[in-house]
Amino acid sequence: MNINIKAATAALLATATFLMAQPAIAEVYAQNPNLGNTPMEGTATFEAFGGKEGLVKIMDDFMIGLVADPRTKPFFDNNKQTFIKAMLVEQMCELMNGGCKYPGRDMKASHANMKVNREGFNALVEQFQFAMDKHNVPFSAQNKLLAKLAPMYREIETTTGDAVPPVFPKAE
Amino acid sequence: MKTIQKQAQALLCNSLLASAVAVIFATSALADELNYSNKLLLTGGVSQVEGAAGGGLTPWAVIGGYGTNNEVGGSVHYTYVKTGDYKLDTYGFTIGLFDRVEFSVAEQSFDLGKLRNKVTAGLGADVFGRNQLTQTIVGLKVRVAGEAILDADTWMPQIAVGLQYKDNDETDFIKSAVIGAKSDHGTDVYVSATKLLLAQNLLLNGTLRLTKANQFGLLGFGGDKHDSYQPMLELSAAYLLRKDLAIGAEYRMKPDNLRSPANDLLFGGANVVDLKEDDAFDVFIAYAPTKNISLTAAYVNLGNIATVKAVGADYGNQEGVYLSAQIGF
Repeated sequence: MNINIKAATAALLATATFLMAQPAIAEVYAQNPNLGNTPMEGTATFEAFGGKEGLVKIMDDFMIGLVADPRTKPFFDNNKQTFIKAMLVEQMCELMNGGCKYPGRDMKASHANMKVNREGFNALVEQFQFAMDKHNVPFSAQNKLLAKLAPMYREIETTTGDAVPPVFPKAE
Repeated sequence: MKTIQKQAQALLCNSLLASAVAVIFATSALADELNYSNKLLLTGGVSQVEGAAGGGLTPWAVIGGYGTNNEVGGSVHYTYVKTGDYKLDTYGFTIGLFDRVEFSVAEQSFDLGKLRNKVTAGLGADVFGRNQLTQTIVGLKVRVAGEAILDADTWMPQIAVGLQYKDNDETDFIKSAVIGAKSDHGTDVYVSATKLLLAQNLLLNGTLRLTKANQFGLLGFGGDKHDSYQPMLELSAAYLLRKDLAIGAEYRMKPDNLRSPANDLLFGGANVVDLKEDDAFDVFIAYAPTKNISLTAAYVNLGNIATVKAVGADYGNQEGVYLSAQIGF
């Protein structure tokens, strides 16, 4: 082809603009400052998860997967499981605009007594995908929720070194 | 002198490749034992044709392998491209360091035996003297900003800068009057921006490359039409159907530097040996049957490569299949 200098210049400009565009984060979470992200509009995704009933079942299997996975086991094999599952149901429900109110702490505070790295964060996402798959949540609905959760790595991850699990007594 | 240097280089490259393969298989056996790798499926891209992590034709801003910011990852790959009249084999390895730096080495072998036979029959002389054109590509990529996968609440893409040093082994042929390349080696420099729009299941990439390479460097660098760096735009879009399955399309601009000196020397200026270079595009499907393996199949169109109608080599538009397998850890 004949090199199209105009197109190339436009591309260069577009790249430069892209580079200079600042992340539009730091939105004020009007509904709930502890939620970690803004809730969705509409309830289609919430319905795809089977509502709150569906979320409860998903979180039960999610927790089983988290304890079975050696990467996440140290964080979840303790007596907080029931509490964590209940918190996750409320948080996911509110994020999906399902009419709930997450009563828990923000993501920074709730992970303050441990150190989470990227391997741990990704392992948790993977186990969450397995649990959603098991309950036949459509892939696109999964990704709509994951898009709300993924940015929370900025608050949850506190190390690029070794993970440090919280110290809680084992489950009864 | 050049031959000895080439042999030493080939030896070095092969032993590097062998050690990398050994390391990767040892480590992936370990990964199998643990049955986990710590990046999400397909998020490392596949190995593009020059060895960098990306789509099939284009490097992306992602760092190859399944390592996180706390780990070293890597992959080995083999890619087979068969168009109507040519064939390209590529194999190599990629090492990803802490999701920050990517180092890659790829060996390409381009088969133009069919054209050689036509030209030899037509001229009554073998001006090619070889069926294969081979080159080594050493790549380096550094992620400079952004997080393509997890920053789902911003428009900020992951950005990487990279270079690909390419050393073509067929100096005599590519600098001969048939091709007329100005050099047998060159360095491409690029910047890539990659963004996963997670809620839309869509991954977008734009790469801007400065290059003098003819047909990826397989026909050398620079020519009688142009012998300077030119900016080339490369675009990819991939739609995720499942977490282990993606479809997409790519477009890659290529320079058009070559005009065969033989046309003036032998044919009174007529464009008998047509080396006009076109842009390339592909439509692909990528599948990850397990955490460590990804398979890519594509329809690819590379446009004209070399056409010599006078001897019956009316090769025009080179379209065909692209098949690639990658083992990552």
